Amino acid sequence: MTAQSKITKTYDIEFKGVTKRFGDVVAVDNVSLSVERGSFFSFLGPSGCGKTSSLRLIAGFDQPTEGDVFIGGHSVVGTPSHKRPVNMVFQQYALFPHMDVRDNIAYGLRQRSPKPSNQEILKRVDETLEMVRLSGYGKRRVWELSGGQQQRVALARALINRPTCLLLDEPLAALDRKLRSEMQMELQTLQRDVGITFILVTHDQEEALSMSDRICIMREGKIVQSGSPRDLYDNPRNRYVADFVGKTNFFNGKICDVNATGATIQIDSGLSLLGAPAKGAAPLIIGGKASIAVRPEMISITAADHTKFHPGVSLPGKVINRIFLGERSEYLIETQGHGEVLVLSPKNITGSTQSFVPGDQVSISWQAESALVLADT
Amino acid sequence: MKQQSKSNRWLTAALLTPTGLWFAFMLVLPLIVILVFSFGERAAVGGYAGGFTLEHYANLGARLKAFSNTLTYAPIGTFLSLLVAYPLAYYLAIKVNRRYKLMLLVLVIVPFWTSLLIRTYAWIYLLGGKGIPSILDWIGIEDVRLINTPGAVLMGIVYGYLPLMVFPIYVSLDKLNKSYLEASSDLGASPYKTFMQVTLPLSMPGVATGCMLVFILLMGEFLIPAFLGGGKVFFIGNALVDLFLQSRNWPFGSAISITLVVIMLITVSLYMRMTLRNSKTGVDESLM
Ligand SMILES: Nc1ncnc2c1ncn2[C@@H]1O[C@H](COP(=O)(O)OP(=O)(O)OP(=O)(O)O)[C@@H](O)[C@H]1O
Ligand SMILES: [Mg+2]
Repeated sequence: MTAQSKITKTYDIEFKGVTKRFGDVVAVDNVSLSVERGSFFSFLGPSGCGKTSSLRLIAGFDQPTEGDVFIGGHSVVGTPSHKRPVNMVFQQYALFPHMDVRDNIAYGLRQRSPKPSNQEILKRVDETLEMVRLSGYGKRRVWELSGGQQQRVALARALINRPTCLLLDEPLAALDRKLRSEMQMELQTLQRDVGITFILVTHDQEEALSMSDRICIMREGKIVQSGSPRDLYDNPRNRYVADFVGKTNFFNGKICDVNATGATIQIDSGLSLLGAPAKGAAPLIIGGKASIAVRPEMISITAADHTKFHPGVSLPGKVINRIFLGERSEYLIETQGHGEVLVLSPKNITGSTQSFVPGDQVSISWQAESALVLADT
Repeated sequence: MKQQSKSNRWLTAALLTPTGLWFAFMLVLPLIVILVFSFGERAAVGGYAGGFTLEHYANLGARLKAFSNTLTYAPIGTFLSLLVAYPLAYYLAIKVNRRYKLMLLVLVIVPFWTSLLIRTYAWIYLLGGKGIPSILDWIGIEDVRLINTPGAVLMGIVYGYLPLMVFPIYVSLDKLNKSYLEASSDLGASPYKTFMQVTLPLSMPGVATGCMLVFILLMGEFLIPAFLGGGKVFFIGNALVDLFLQSRNWPFGSAISITLVVIMLITVSLYMRMTLRNSKTGVDESLM
C-alpha cells in the first residue's frame, strides 16, 4: 500500500492554503508550500510555531481545518494515517516497549496485505538493521538501547516501509552534541542513498542549515521565508529570519533615505549607516523602523592605531571577549555608543594575522554592500 | 559508602517494623490459630476442643460441591467482569474528553458509597417476582425466573466487582503513551490491528492486576451466592458461614479455610508466573 504510487508531479508533498486550528489557537495559518521529490526539506522555527502540527497534517494524525494537503499529487484530506504512504520518526521515538528491535522494525511490513512471508520480512529487517548500522541488535529489547541506538531503530522502523516521504520530528533533540552531529551526517548520507524525500522538523538552525536542501522558516503558524540554506543566510527577508539563521549584528534605527542601491538608516546612536535592501522584502518606507544587519564574518578587525583607509563603515571599540574556535576566533567588541558587536575573524587572512586580547583598542569595519537593511516586522 | 549503606539498612528496618508487626499479628497469627483449629476436635457444644486428628481433612469431600462451585464461578465471574470492565476502562481512558474523565470515574464508584449488602438486597427485589420478571410478563414474556439462578449470581458478581476490574485497567490504559497508537497507525495498522497489537498487550499489566484482585476476593465471596443464588449456588464462603456460625463445627471450617488458602496460593502463583512470563514490557510495568 505504501509502495511507489504513480507520481507524475515532481512534488511529493504540497500544502495549499492549509490552516489548522485547535479551538482558538491557530497552529498552522494559511500555509502553502511544496516539497520537491527526493529533497531534504526542513521546518525551522521556535517552540510553538506550528512545526509539529504541520508534520502531523502530513502524517494524517490531524486533518486540516481549511485547505488541502497533497501527497504525490493526490489530495489526502480525510485519509487516515494508516492509509498514507508516509512514515514518521517520532520525537520520543515511540518504539513499542513490548516488542524487541526486530519486531519493532518488522511492524510496518506485517501490516501489509498480502503480508510478506516471514523469510522475506526477516531478510528486509536484517538489511535495514545493517543500513542503520545495528546488525546483530535484532533480539535486543528496545529499552536496553542507548538514545542513539533507539533513534536508529526508529529510523529503521520507518524506512523499511520505503515511504514516499519520511517525516522526522526533532529526531536528534534527545541526543548529546557529538552524537547529534554524527547522526546529522548519517541522516544526510542515508537520505542521498535511499533517495526518499525527508521532511525534518527542528528548532536548531545549525541542524537545518547543515542538512537541508530547502528550509521553511515558521513563525506563529505562518511561513516567514523559505529557500535554500545559502539563500536564507545571504538574503534574509526580514530581521526575524536574519536573527534565526546564523549570527547577526543588528543596529536599530529609522530609515531616512532610500535610493536604487540601498537605504540610509539613522541608527539610535545617531550615526548614519548605509545598507543594501533585502531581496524579496517589502519596499522600504522613509521614516519606518528598520535595522542594519551585518554578519560577523563580514566585519574585519584592525588595531586602533592602524591608519588604513576604510571605504565602508569604521567604528572604534574595545575587545571584551575572545572565543578561540580553532580555525577562527570570535571577538566581542564593545563599540563606543553602538552596543556590542560580534566579529568572526579567520586565523590567517592576509594583512591581519594579528590577534587581539580583551582590553585591546581596535577598529572594526565593513563594506556598505555587505550590510543589509531589514525593516522591522 | 559502606557506612551509609549500613545506616540505610537500619532506616529500612525501622520503617518496615510497623508493617511487619501488623502482618505478624493480624495475618500470620490468625492463620496459625486456624491451622491449629483444623487439627482439633469439635467440642460437644460446638466450637473447638484440643486434640490432633486429620479427620476434618479426610472429610473435605462432604463439601466438594462448594469447592467446585467456587472454582467454576470465580474464574467465570472474573472473566465476565473483565469483558464488561475493559470497554468501560478503554472508553474512560482513551475516548473521553479529559474534562469529564474525573466525573465519570467518580460515577463508577458512586454505588460503593452504600454497602454491598443493601445493594444486593435491591437486586433481590429487581430480579424477584415483582421486579424485572413482572415487566417482562407485562410485555408478554411469561414465566421468566431470574432470581436464584446461576445467571443471577454471575450478574451480581460482575455488578459488585466491576470497579475493582475497571480501575487497574483504566490506569494502565491511561498511562499508555498515545504516540504508540499513532506510531502503529503510521506504520499502516488499522484501528483494530492497533488495538490487538499495541493497546491490548500494553494494558495487560492492568488486566492481570484486575483479574487477580477480583479472583482472590471471589474465592472468599458468600454474600452474592447467598442472596442471589438462593441456596442453589453456594460457595466455600457460604460453607464457612454455616460451619462457623450455624453448626459451630470450627475445626472442620478451619480445615476448609486452610485448604482454600492452599488452593489460592497455588492458582495465584501459577497465574503470576504466567503473566510475568507473557508480559514483555519489562519488570517495572508488569509489577505495577
Ligand atoms: N492538540 C492540540 N490542542 C490544542 N492546541 C494545540 C494542540 N497541538 C498543538 N497545539 C498548539 O498549536 C501551536 C503549535 O504547536 P506545535 O506542536 O505545532 O509547535 P512546535 O512548533 O512543534 O513546537 P515545539 O518546537 O515546542 O515542538 C502551539 O501553540 C500549541 O499549543
Ligand atoms: Mg514539536
